[in-house]
Amino acid sequence: MTLNELLLGAMVYLAAAVVSAPLAKRLGLGSVIGFLAAGALLGPSALGLLGQEQESVKHFAEFGVIVMLFLVGLELEPARLWSLRRQIFGLGLAQVLGVAAVLMGLSLPFTHYWQESLMVGLILAMSSTAIVLQSMEEQSTLKTPVGQSVFSVLLFQDISVIPILALMPLLATTDFPGGTDHSGNLMSEFSPLAQGLITVAVVAAMLLLGRYLARPLFRFVAEWGAREIFVAMSLLIVVAITLLMTQLGLSPALGTFLAGVVLADSEYKRELEMDLQPFKGLLLAVFFIAVGAGIDFGLLAQKPVLLLSALAAFIGLKLITQFLLAWAFGMTRPDQSRFSFALAQGSEFGFVLIGIAAGFGLLTQDISALLTALIALSMVAAPFLMMLDEKLLQPRFADGDFLREHDVITHDGVDAIIAGHGRFGMTVSRVLNAQGKRTVLLDIDPSQVDALRKFGFKVFYGDALRADLLESAGAREAKLMVIAIDDREKVTELVKLARHDFPNLKLLVRVFDRTHAQEIMREGVETVYREVFGTSMDLARDALVTLGKHPYEANRAISMFRAHDERFLRKAAKLNGDEAGLVDLSRQSRAEIARVFAADKSGETATADNAWYDEDGEKSSA
Amino acid sequence: MRILVLQAHPRPSHSIAQKALGAAARAVVGVTLHDLYATYPDFAINARAEQDLLLAHDLIILQHPFYWYSSPAMIKEWQDIVLDFGWAYGPGGNKLHGKFLMNAISTGGSEGFYAPEGRNRHTIEQFLAPFNQTAHLCGMAYLKPFIVYEGRKLKKALLDKQAEAYADLLQALATGQKKPLKRLASNYVLPATFKAAGEP
Repeated sequence: MTLNELLLGAMVYLAAAVVSAPLAKRLGLGSVIGFLAAGALLGPSALGLLGQEQESVKHFAEFGVIVMLFLVGLELEPARLWSLRRQIFGLGLAQVLGVAAVLMGLSLPFTHYWQESLMVGLILAMSSTAIVLQSMEEQSTLKTPVGQSVFSVLLFQDISVIPILALMPLLATTDFPGGTDHSGNLMSEFSPLAQGLITVAVVAAMLLLGRYLARPLFRFVAEWGAREIFVAMSLLIVVAITLLMTQLGLSPALGTFLAGVVLADSEYKRELEMDLQPFKGLLLAVFFIAVGAGIDFGLLAQKPVLLLSALAAFIGLKLITQFLLAWAFGMTRPDQSRFSFALAQGSEFGFVLIGIAAGFGLLTQDISALLTALIALSMVAAPFLMMLDEKLLQPRFADGDFLREHDVITHDGVDAIIAGHGRFGMTVSRVLNAQGKRTVLLDIDPSQVDALRKFGFKVFYGDALRADLLESAGAREAKLMVIAIDDREKVTELVKLARHDFPNLKLLVRVFDRTHAQEIMREGVETVYREVFGTSMDLARDALVTLGKHPYEANRAISMFRAHDERFLRKAAKLNGDEAGLVDLSRQSRAEIARVFAADKSGETATADNAWYDEDGEKSSA
Repeated sequence: MRILVLQAHPRPSHSIAQKALGAAARAVVGVTLHDLYATYPDFAINARAEQDLLLAHDLIILQHPFYWYSSPAMIKEWQDIVLDFGWAYGPGGNKLHGKFLMNAISTGGSEGFYAPEGRNRHTIEQFLAPFNQTAHLCGMAYLKPFIVYEGRKLKKALLDKQAEAYADLLQALATGQKKPLKRLASNYVLPATFKAAGEP
């Protein structure tokens, strides 16, 4: 390949990434879909801009997955990993064995030997670390409990690649027609026991080195090297571990993940992350494009019915099995759905396993081709499936169609209802309770409710937007409802509902910003509290004091600023979206500010505080 | 004698006389200067802390501008919150017995205003009657006020002189050169409770 060809190839990939990712995001799809679609469009089956090199490019770009797992490891301190052990080896093992068994059973009639079916099951049980982690990161669900479950399963799948690889030669030697001895790494000349010992020793050595040698090494490089050297060093670590693991016949992704965990509590964690993040992003983009380009539309065109029904069966069975597992492991309904949809596709490791298994003669030609197409198509379908869950199913869970029953609310007398018992509502309820006021607390987040109950808060799980629920919470006898729910639209809806159904209730409403405040004011509620306004005023006051202003004068200045701002807010709310009036008003407001500043310059006061003195300073001073 | 100056000015950045008096007081050894508006900008006075301060001193000076023939609001709030029933007065309220109270004030009007025939129709000591009686109820000796007239119009040299006189007074009282009972307010009759406590 000449330099020009190389650059041309790079240009196509980069251009595809630059164009497709923002476009996909603009359409509300994840970047993964964008990359896959771009790859499919440019690939040999369609435009043909990406040619035969895409196979090798894909292998190279798999390195992106490895870098990603290193970064995931960096985020996961050893203690956190240890706390996930039950999920990894319980849920993970159950997922791999369960899904493999179901798919093996299904495929038995279509394969030539049971060994082939076993391979099919094991290969299709794997899920795509790259797609799942990338998508969950974009939706910021990775750190939630269900995100951790998904991650644990992915991690176990990585681990299980080792025994699967070990299993292949055993299956192949038992009077198996196509069986050939096939081995590709340094370890093959040792006995299985020696192999195991060597593996354990090498991994242990790697972990110890990471723990005790990495730090001085990083310090040395940080002190003596330029920035680029540190970047090179970061890459070097990942590449070296990858090579080492590959030589041992272990999963390089797993190896780098462990290395990441070891380095998670080092002081160079942030720098490592910053250095490797761009490589990860680029390589993954290239990887997804290559996967997209690898989709063989030929097979789809020749046997569309076979392929699509196989795909439907594969995804459907994987979904159902995972639903059952999630249920058996006690997940909530929304989490069961998230978990199952997240892991419902085939894995990039699948491609590798297919290659090796075919090498052993464990997979026949036609099954290999079918599996490859299935995995590729399922990877394309994966982001859409996750979106289906996110956009269609999750909202229905939230609406209570499938949800945990609303609590039966019991109370003996109520002064105030607090709708939304997050950080904000909780502070309010603590003050009211400390003063002996009787409150009924409502929240819609089950985990929040359970957590608070452990601390003795009497929080009821329920949706404040339901009039019957409000009624049983005491909305008829209460004097006051504090609205502190975390959803802008729902706040407005609840205000409307309460104004209509419970006109006796005085409403104190936490709003999000100026626009939202005006929206609520137009509903006839003047008592609105902008979420961060109070805090910013507090900080501004302390800033004034820090800069030398007398504390009491700072308080006065802030009070006056606050009054001015609220006056403007009220006036603006009355205009009801009248643009011209609003422009007029803000001109007035600016003029007022200008007057204040002018007064300040002429020796009067910064906030037009005319208390205590008139111009010659004698108004009230006797 | 240990002296506590309770300073109360809601707007020190525009103060002239009070600023000079505060600086003068601060420079005297043995004087504690306590800015009430700075300590309690929300008026949330900590009664216990203020009472402890009172216990640790013998002469309490209320230093403030003369607003509406009295003190700024903070001093009134301080009286209401700190001079508690059963602590400063009433049964068992003996904590201030034998101590001294004094006002150090700056006025807008001239000395001539403060006379029966003047614009304000009363003398300053007449206006200060509530402080006088407060001291009496609390078993304290009430001293003649220190007054800076026409605080905002005073020439700097004259103001400096007044501040110096204030510092000298505090200095003399702190070291014991000047006996506070020599500065008793006109016609002030020491309460029996003051005498019982004995002069500190």
